[in-house]
Amino acid sequence: MMTKTIALAGNPNTGKSTIFNSLTGLNQHTGNWPGKTVANARGKFIHKGKTFTLVDLPGTYSLLANSLEEEVARDFICHENPDATVIVVDGTCLERNLNLVLQIMTVTPRVIVCVNLMDEAERKGIKIDLNKLEKLLEVPVVGTAARSGIGLEQLLDAIDRVASSRITSKPVRIPALEYRFSADELAAGHESIAASTVAAAEAIVRQVVTIVSQEPHQFDRRLDQILTSRRFGIPIMLALLGVVFWITITGANYPSQLLSNGLFWLEERLSYLFLQLGAPGWLHDLIVLGVYRTLAWVVSVMLPPMAIFFPLFTLLEDLGYLPRVAFNLDYYFKKACAHGKQALTMCMGFGCNAAGVTACRIIDSPRERLIAVITNNFVPCNGRFPTIIALASIFIAASVGILSSVTAALIVLAAIVLGVAITLVVSKVLSQTILKGIPSSFILELPPYRKPQIGKVIVRSVLDRTLFVLGRAVAIAAPAGVIIWMMANISVSGQSLLAHSAGFLDPFARMIGLDGYILMAFILGLPANEIVIPILIMSYMAEGTMLELETLAELKQLLINNGWTWLTAVCTMLFSLNHWPCGTTLWTIYKETRSWKWTWVSFLVPTLTGIILCFITAQVVRLLGIV
Amino acid sequence: MNKTSLTLNQLQLNSSGRVRAITAISPLRHRLLDLGLINDTIVKALHRGPAGDPTAYQIRGAVIALRAEDAACIIIDPVN
Repeated sequence: MMTKTIALAGNPNTGKSTIFNSLTGLNQHTGNWPGKTVANARGKFIHKGKTFTLVDLPGTYSLLANSLEEEVARDFICHENPDATVIVVDGTCLERNLNLVLQIMTVTPRVIVCVNLMDEAERKGIKIDLNKLEKLLEVPVVGTAARSGIGLEQLLDAIDRVASSRITSKPVRIPALEYRFSADELAAGHESIAASTVAAAEAIVRQVVTIVSQEPHQFDRRLDQILTSRRFGIPIMLALLGVVFWITITGANYPSQLLSNGLFWLEERLSYLFLQLGAPGWLHDLIVLGVYRTLAWVVSVMLPPMAIFFPLFTLLEDLGYLPRVAFNLDYYFKKACAHGKQALTMCMGFGCNAAGVTACRIIDSPRERLIAVITNNFVPCNGRFPTIIALASIFIAASVGILSSVTAALIVLAAIVLGVAITLVVSKVLSQTILKGIPSSFILELPPYRKPQIGKVIVRSVLDRTLFVLGRAVAIAAPAGVIIWMMANISVSGQSLLAHSAGFLDPFARMIGLDGYILMAFILGLPANEIVIPILIMSYMAEGTMLELETLAELKQLLINNGWTWLTAVCTMLFSLNHWPCGTTLWTIYKETRSWKWTWVSFLVPTLTGIILCFITAQVVRLLGIV
Repeated sequence: MNKTSLTLNQLQLNSSGRVRAITAISPLRHRLLDLGLINDTIVKALHRGPAGDPTAYQIRGAVIALRAEDAACIIIDPVN
């Protein structure tokens, strides 16, 4: 039987992806639209024995092709002739959303309007007469609360009916809405099209929406007035971030310990197994001390903080807080001649810089998008957090006693603030040198706050983010373990390859407050930042006595034995914050910009920043003799 | 233009205005139109960012933040 194609359209923040996910489940795959840097998600679902392909169009306010997203959405609806188009609208903001509905209805009659967030609307005292809306629009209208799964069955039935043409929709036609395809005509027609849809939407809403409460959005406005206020806006933002780090650091301690005990116990078993099987000693060392130990480190150091940080961060995202962050920081980005949405792409970079770079697509102006891409690496991704957290905990916070976790959180917070400050300064420098220009216009919607779905947030962030990032780290750490072990164990003229390379790098590394091994670890860590500390530990251990590093205190001892001071720790943290993007991020930058030049710039800008910062720090501290 | 006309960025917080004209050029002009900002639309100034800019406005049930220089392209008449 033929598969029916269903397009899913809607404004941003309407719960479109919740509907997409609930209908298709895990039966989806994502990619790019052919030849375009716009995400394309497709999924399959079966209803009443029929197979449907659901195509998630980019969230847009309009079809009139201001942006690549709108072009993609318009072209799909106009030229691919989907069997039906579902338009998801936000029940709490029907008027603005109807604009897109009316625009799409001028192109195709095979439309289903899905009024989502009905529960939120009800809570806010907004009553919507769906029957009347259906009569006025003359297309099927279904009310849903997708997050609780309400109305999805009816939505499926409506999709089935429209796609099988058992009902023929005869949508209202608005005279002025004759669709134009050529860009010139479109630009000329935009104004009249927009004006007539907006007026039509207003007239419809007047008939179908009753507002019961005095001020339906009062709670959101009150919250906004606090979260974005002159006095509390920025402090609350920093406090929230600080609390997230504190919970991550405190919460990760214990499971980290457990994991590491378990994994090192397993290492002993593995060694025993190799011995029993009579495997050659080098094989044991390569597999157990090289590959396994690196993996064990990556897992025990990275998994717990990620499993705590990602859900907490997703919770803030789910709540609708990130647009407020962009709102609070926009003024500073404007001063830096950058785009306000760069604050959002920066937030995405906390999870993973490659994801942050991809997110830069939301910035339309090519100049400002490039600035956002080049500077994304200045916020530490999840692969670098553990390095900063571990060094902050053992070198600086450990001496403070019971307040140590608070101190560690404050240090990580300071690293982030520094990263944001560097982002702004570098953005400014870029926009006055190689990316000259004035800031383009900036429109940001502040969507209503939503009650986060804690259960789903945990599942989603663990599945989608934690396991994904961990999987990538493990996949890269295993071969890296082999290379490090070989470098540490293959000797040329009495010295290991590792010692040779580190020795070569050492004079330069010392100038910037590091040592040859640390710089070597950063270089070998190019595939993934997660493995920098494990590589460092392995190289130190391969050179000295074998330690079983079960606690952070032992790690500290190992580092001190290798000549570390607090200055080394500070410079390592600085260099971790400011050095080349990881291999995945660089590749993503190339794919997004299609330019080796900008990929190189993205490599060099943070690297030079890091070298300069570390050099100044190291030289000043040494000059003052305080180390 | 009416004598009492203002640009949107001059609108006091918690007061509303009716759009008279939009002097912005594309692409900003088109983006504003797509958000439902046409003549006679009622806009209310809600709150400003910590640095006094941007400002959040209520436009057709949605909350939209605009920078002062972009809001300056929208001419309004104050309404009570």
